[in-house]
Amino acid sequence: MSTTLTETKNNGMQQIPASGEATVYCPRFDIWETEDEMILYGDMPGVLPENLDIQYEGDQLTIHGKVCPRHDDIKFSYGEYGIGDYHRSFTVTEVVDADKISAELKHGVLTLHLPKSEKVRPRRIEVKSD
Amino acid sequence: MLATRWEPIAQMNRLRQEMDRLFDRWGDSRPLPYARSTFPPMNLWENDEQLFVEAELPGFALEDLEITVTGGNQLNINGERKAPEPEGGIWHRRERGFGRFSRSVELPGYVDSDCVSAEFKNGVLTITLPKREEVKPRRIEVKVS
Repeated sequence: MSTTLTETKNNGMQQIPASGEATVYCPRFDIWETEDEMILYGDMPGVLPENLDIQYEGDQLTIHGKVCPRHDDIKFSYGEYGIGDYHRSFTVTEVVDADKISAELKHGVLTLHLPKSEKVRPRRIEVKSD
Repeated sequence: MLATRWEPIAQMNRLRQEMDRLFDRWGDSRPLPYARSTFPPMNLWENDEQLFVEAELPGFALEDLEITVTGGNQLNINGERKAPEPEGGIWHRRERGFGRFSRSVELPGYVDSDCVSAEFKNGVLTITLPKREEVKPRRIEVKVS
């Protein structure tokens, strides 16, 4: 199987923007591809739509979700998970119609539609007979 | 189109991040050992009046969750996350989990089960559990004779 979306690597390290000491988490993603588009589903709980930054440049798709601190100066009695920003980037080798990219954030899940450019969509070739 | 490449260093890096998330860093406090394989992970804190439990449940709706308190000090959360079913294509990547879960935790004190409230915002569930009168800290008046 071939894939048109691969994870972006930088010497094996993810490019994580410097944000002080805060931990940046890698959100989990599902990727679905149809003839017309690619759909990315990402789990990013705690991110508000206005704090989600999605950039598509060249073949790079970068998703950064800023998580506002929910608790100030609270000492957890039990702590099982950390809270921090989310960051992930993908290399898109398919030609995407950048103007038609749409994103939706609902219940902490990002749904990102990357429509394929008209040029690369498979076309059915009509065979004419005399 | 590119063939899927095997990228061990990156895979390791991702694993490390997942591990960080599981075992976490809270400064000096450590996660409980039971927590490592249970879903959803929870954070718990308290003030004098209330206990708070928070869990990240992306993709759930409040109606998909059932929250109960039994015996005054056991919190149960059940729920189901349904997988999206897009049509006419293939999955390239499946990292997210789906299905039913059920988790029960013993709370560090008795709570008033009738007054438990829950809020669900952006995939983060916060449950507020008022402490029973008898477990609230009491200020002892010291009388000077």
